[in-house]
Amino acid sequence: MYPNEVELQWSVLIVLYPFLTGLVAGAFILASLERVFQVQAVKPTYRLALLTALAFLLVAPLPLQLHLGHPERSFEMYLTPHGSSAMAMFGFVYLWYLLAVLVLEIWLDYRYDIVVLSQTTTGWRRLLYRILTLGSTNISPRALHIDERAGWLITVIGIPSAFLLHGYVGFIFGSVKANPWWSSPLMPVVFLFSAMVSGIAVVMLLYMLLTTMRREPIDMCCVDTVAKYLFYTFIIDFSLEMLDLIHRIYEADESFRSLDFMVHTKLYFSHIVVQILLGTVTPIILLAITQVAKLNDLVRKRIYAVAGCLTLVGIFAMRWNVVIGGQLFSKSFLGYTTYKMGFVTREGLLMAIMLTILPFIFLWILVKLLPPWPEKTLFAKAASAP
Amino acid sequence: MAAISARHSTRSTPFVWNIGMKIFQDAGHLFRVAAVFLVGLIAFLTLRSFLVPRSFGRYGHYRANAITEIAALPVRYAGHQVCEGCHADVLDVKSKGVHKGVACESCHGALAAHADDPGSVTPVKLDTAVLCVRCHQESLAKPKNFPQVNAVEHSGGAACNTCHQPHSPAMNVGVTQ
Amino acid sequence: MTMTRRQLLILLPAAAVAWDSILASTPEASPNYNMAEHWWAMLIDITKCIGCGSCVRACQLENHVPDGYYRTWVERYHIQDWEMEYPKVDSPEGGKNGFPAAKEAGGKNFFVPKLCNHCADSPCTQVCPVGATFISPDGVVLIDQKYCLGCRYCVQACPYGCRFINPQTKTANKCTLCYHRITKGLTTACCEVCPTGARQLANLKNPNDPIHEFLRTHSVQVLKPQMATHSKCFYYGLDGSVR
Repeated sequence: MYPNEVELQWSVLIVLYPFLTGLVAGAFILASLERVFQVQAVKPTYRLALLTALAFLLVAPLPLQLHLGHPERSFEMYLTPHGSSAMAMFGFVYLWYLLAVLVLEIWLDYRYDIVVLSQTTTGWRRLLYRILTLGSTNISPRALHIDERAGWLITVIGIPSAFLLHGYVGFIFGSVKANPWWSSPLMPVVFLFSAMVSGIAVVMLLYMLLTTMRREPIDMCCVDTVAKYLFYTFIIDFSLEMLDLIHRIYEADESFRSLDFMVHTKLYFSHIVVQILLGTVTPIILLAITQVAKLNDLVRKRIYAVAGCLTLVGIFAMRWNVVIGGQLFSKSFLGYTTYKMGFVTREGLLMAIMLTILPFIFLWILVKLLPPWPEKTLFAKAASAP
Repeated sequence: MAAISARHSTRSTPFVWNIGMKIFQDAGHLFRVAAVFLVGLIAFLTLRSFLVPRSFGRYGHYRANAITEIAALPVRYAGHQVCEGCHADVLDVKSKGVHKGVACESCHGALAAHADDPGSVTPVKLDTAVLCVRCHQESLAKPKNFPQVNAVEHSGGAACNTCHQPHSPAMNVGVTQ
Repeated sequence: MTMTRRQLLILLPAAAVAWDSILASTPEASPNYNMAEHWWAMLIDITKCIGCGSCVRACQLENHVPDGYYRTWVERYHIQDWEMEYPKVDSPEGGKNGFPAAKEAGGKNFFVPKLCNHCADSPCTQVCPVGATFISPDGVVLIDQKYCLGCRYCVQACPYGCRFINPQTKTANKCTLCYHRITKGLTTACCEVCPTGARQLANLKNPNDPIHEFLRTHSVQVLKPQMATHSKCFYYGLDGSVR
């Protein structure tokens, strides 16, 4: 090890960050399936997917801020962004995606509800909804139609934006020529597809969980379709990761011996057992079974739940293996170090756990303020009223 | 007639056909959003003009004053030219021996403070038993033509300046003062 | 030997002039220094390095480098027979207090001092998100301690492992080529104390610079040339096994 390499630079918080932004991108892609590609079956998850994306996107900068040596200077990234730095450009991609895509789309989709709620609720809620209406209470059919078309346009822009959001995170790693574990043109693509997998899985799990908690029947057609898309995306993600692996083994460049040893020893549990076997192969097999065999609803629901949970664990393990794994070996290819993760420290495990729970708290607040359930959508209610 | 009503139907015609006078009436909220964004952008640009450091960008994408700040850091090693200003006698001895290329502070440590105020800052007396060994203890990795000995075998633990004059360390020159 | 009053009267002004050139630099840079006339580089002669660690100690003292972190360090290589791909390398505390006796006899053994290469195409300045690290007009890669966020991207991007995060300032830190010294006509701390002249500073814009001449007439190498960083830290006698 070079003497300065012994201490790891990027901690578990930097593992959490691509995990969270991955969930955002994946949830949004799922939402766009309904909006742009007219996959009606997944409509029940549409609004939930958008709110999930927003909840996670709001929390995503927090692990970064906690990791910085000087978080009070982080605004410099917007003041004097360095054009050649992927990290600086990402600040703007994030801002664009948050404001021009996600917030705008949610606002346009919910505008009817917001206007009605601003007139029917009282107290601080009334004030909040009134602010959200931006002073316009126009909910005529024509206005709503304009909203619908504008939302469609934003989703069309939003899909490449979501790709850019998480692809950029992959590029931040993939463009570091000094680190052969990271430096690869495949890195942004692998990150993106694993993001889609995790995002679809989390929305599927949330939908099933929250619908059950609300004692409503789960729309099996919807969940089946979501699981189908999860399965297809997973196949692509797995193929890409296998391609990277096979390519490395075959070319066996100067870094290979060191990396190979690392995967077989230090990363054995997290990479082979958790990421590949538990987190990728098992969910793929489980989902494949549901695609080919005729199983009843209950069995399918159980399989989806298990597969979804394993998927999330596997994708987190993938982020861990990339970020932490990339720092466990020396750039001299002659040595290794260990990651000493603290528990109560600023960048420790407890903080990571808290930051993982926080988006669900945000989501709970959002769900209360902007109910995403199809039967509760005020527009649908009004439309179906006699 | 049918053509006109088809043109004004809202459900099936694409968005672009709706551009007309009525757009301003029913799309007012979109303009409000655009206004919010515009206000945000202007606020950001104004803030930026206050917050970006003045010297930023003078030579490149960085704060030019950083260069002068770094250049102004205090110096701890005086440099051998400064020592030679006062200690020309030592220089005389050293320049004739094999240590002529060795800077004064290489052995005597950082002495800019002493050069600044020679009276009150006195250099520490060196222990040759420790000092010389650092360079001259034999090692397989040292160049073969470099003078190196096994200190214990060579002097049996005696300090090096018992026999060698550090400023010009050829054998049997005499003890330092 | 005591000094006569006459000798003192002659020597004191000389010392004062020398000291004045040091004092003139605080708080502003030396007025005689012109950035455009310099393009700094360093030459390290492996055939002369004795692994004494003086450079590591001097750098730590001159630049207040915290313990456990290194702006420069020395590695000792041991290559058994012809096995260039698998050298045995050690660097106890960066070589600060020299090296213990070698464990294996025979083979090829040598020391390799390392520091920031002050790359002309440095990947570390490329990735800095805010412009806190940069290459100065005279070729020294520096870090603006007041602007750095401590995001550690530059530490990841350096192929040579020469950067670290200072635990006190929580910003990135690395060899500055003793910029505060070289702009005042002094040499770097490590070059000053190197007893064998293994480390030498060079000004590539000065055609009369002897090191510049050396680079033109001898076979020199850089670390990791495949990274295309345009490194300005040149090595003479660098073995192919050095990583």
